[in-house]
Amino acid sequence: MTDPRFNDPVTRRQLLRRAAAGGAVLSLPSILAACGGGEGIEGAANTQTSGTTSVKQVLADTLVFANWPVYIDVKKKKHPTLDKFTAQTGVNVKYIEEVNDNEEWFGKFQAQLAQGDDIGRDLTVLTDWMAARMIRLGYVEKKDKSAIPNEKNLTPALQHPAWDPNREYSLPWQSGMTGIGYNPKFTGGPITSIEQLFTDPKLKGKVTCLTEMPDTMGLIMQANGDDPTKVESDAFDRAIEMLQSAVDSGQIRRFTGNDYLEDFPAGSTWAAMTWSGDVAQLQTDTPGLKWVIPDDGGMIWNDNMLIPLGGDVFTASTYMNFVYDPAIAAEIEAWVNYICPVVGAQEEIKKIDPALAKNPQIFPDEATLSKVKLFDAEAADNTDYKEKFQAVIGA
Amino acid sequence: MAFLHRHRWITPYLLLLPGLAFLAVFFLVPTYYLANTSLQSGDLFSGYVFSWAWDNYSDAVTTYKAQFLRSLEYAGLATVIAFLISYPLAYWIAFRGGRWKNLLLLFIIAPFFVTYLIRTIAWKTILGDEGFVVQTLQSLHVVGSDGRLLATSTAVVAGITYNYLPFMALPLYVSLEQIDERLIEAAQDLYASKAKAFFRVTLPLSLPGVFAGTLLTFIPAAGDFINAQLLGTPRQSMIGNVIQSKFKVIADYPEAAALSFILMAGILVAILAYTRVIGSERLTG
Repeated sequence: MTDPRFNDPVTRRQLLRRAAAGGAVLSLPSILAACGGGEGIEGAANTQTSGTTSVKQVLADTLVFANWPVYIDVKKKKHPTLDKFTAQTGVNVKYIEEVNDNEEWFGKFQAQLAQGDDIGRDLTVLTDWMAARMIRLGYVEKKDKSAIPNEKNLTPALQHPAWDPNREYSLPWQSGMTGIGYNPKFTGGPITSIEQLFTDPKLKGKVTCLTEMPDTMGLIMQANGDDPTKVESDAFDRAIEMLQSAVDSGQIRRFTGNDYLEDFPAGSTWAAMTWSGDVAQLQTDTPGLKWVIPDDGGMIWNDNMLIPLGGDVFTASTYMNFVYDPAIAAEIEAWVNYICPVVGAQEEIKKIDPALAKNPQIFPDEATLSKVKLFDAEAADNTDYKEKFQAVIGA
Repeated sequence: MAFLHRHRWITPYLLLLPGLAFLAVFFLVPTYYLANTSLQSGDLFSGYVFSWAWDNYSDAVTTYKAQFLRSLEYAGLATVIAFLISYPLAYWIAFRGGRWKNLLLLFIIAPFFVTYLIRTIAWKTILGDEGFVVQTLQSLHVVGSDGRLLATSTAVVAGITYNYLPFMALPLYVSLEQIDERLIEAAQDLYASKAKAFFRVTLPLSLPGVFAGTLLTFIPAAGDFINAQLLGTPRQSMIGNVIQSKFKVIADYPEAAALSFILMAGILVAILAYTRVIGSERLTG
């Protein structure tokens, strides 16, 4: 914490740069240090008790919020929006950045959740298919809709996912898109389709795909003219075959998570499947880098807030309501740079930085949204599919 | 004390107790659970139930034979290379290091001050396709113009060798350091050539170090998955990658447990064969 580099307010972009420089996985402690963990908030403890209404609806003293690293606003080691929440409600927030990977987080708490034990978390953020798994297994509490009037601000496209048709358990935190990033310096021209990515001899051994099955398979299925929103096993097998032949021919070098952030600047990767939220950072490290949604269509995914078993429903719901206030959502968004699910945030963000409101990667227009699809959440957690995919990616 | 005095035979067992307790808690109990899991069947949603599911084992062997063999091959190669590098190194430090001995040993251990993962990731940057090293090698025509160092089997074996080298070098150093130099002098006094003295005296006396070093290198190397994941491609995947994905991604705990057991058994067989060749009485005697 005494590292002078961490004394200044930093943006998510700079943090990710450090993360990439130090290795995406292990630099977590430094990210935690930079973000100040939860201590800053506890330091600002506010003992004011709120005069909230009904008997059942009593706020807890503390909200324990488990989120992904670098996924909320940060200023001087504090999270301004969390401090505002504390000031408004008197609830302290213990903010833990412990979700690095959906499966890993699930594995950590699965045994306790299966026994119905409280895991000491009031709120967590998980990707669609894992949210679907948590709901299916009964590992989450229903949220208190009466405490979330701001849910009306949820963007219409996300109101009725198949795995939680009326959003009784979940509420989106952020969304992002998956497309192709390429470095024109080496590729010599645009790479706009999966077919080109997989067969262009120029790119042999310089292509990486994502270890997240829905992203990689979703893009390939669209390239084959198949529908990734409702996965049929024939279509899945066709996509696996295409992927396998690109691995066998040596076209695909590796499968990555965020670690493509190291491979682009090193010149080891020339073109890759990448996530929209990383574009700005990639462009800083690899000047001239381009990001496109493939001709045949890209993918979109959502991370959702959920209340794990034993979590304080009313307090967590109150927080959900808080972040669905467009002004607060805009404040988080201006730092996070993914896609905001809150209607009205685009107007609010103009007050912070007008350029952000025009960025199609943060506020995608209709034309952009029509080009991206959501992967079938059930298929994303299908063991057969996962085994087939893991076998191709070499694990 | 009087009790201990009367039953003197009990003292060694009492002294062994902490060690045995450690083994029981941290080895036997997990092994039992692992064995139990490896014979379960079911799935994540309906739950896994113990059912003597031996087919987890046969499936594991038939499906992942290639990765098992590759793991043994890479670990074996890395062990041999690490030995060839470490022996002269340890020999030189032990017999010629003089007052620099401790400093030189520190240099061997120094990489351990940086986390394993960070070191491996650093190699990705150093050996990047457009990096200084590859560019230089290309201009010297050591690798072809489209050649690369990363994402090859060579990179994976080199990564394993590099990461486990100290485990080889340190035991070798300890056993060489303990050799009484007068024995070597005596051999030479008796008209042994330098080479003969080395092969008849130094090498046999250093065998315990060779044995410990090779085991300390080979065993973790065979289960390693970081090097294959970061420095290789899907075609270099080792059994550790499979086990990791089975446990974490697919959540097929029984098959993952079965794979772990097969790996343990495989390593055990390899070690037994190795012990026979090198001769256990030479190690203890």
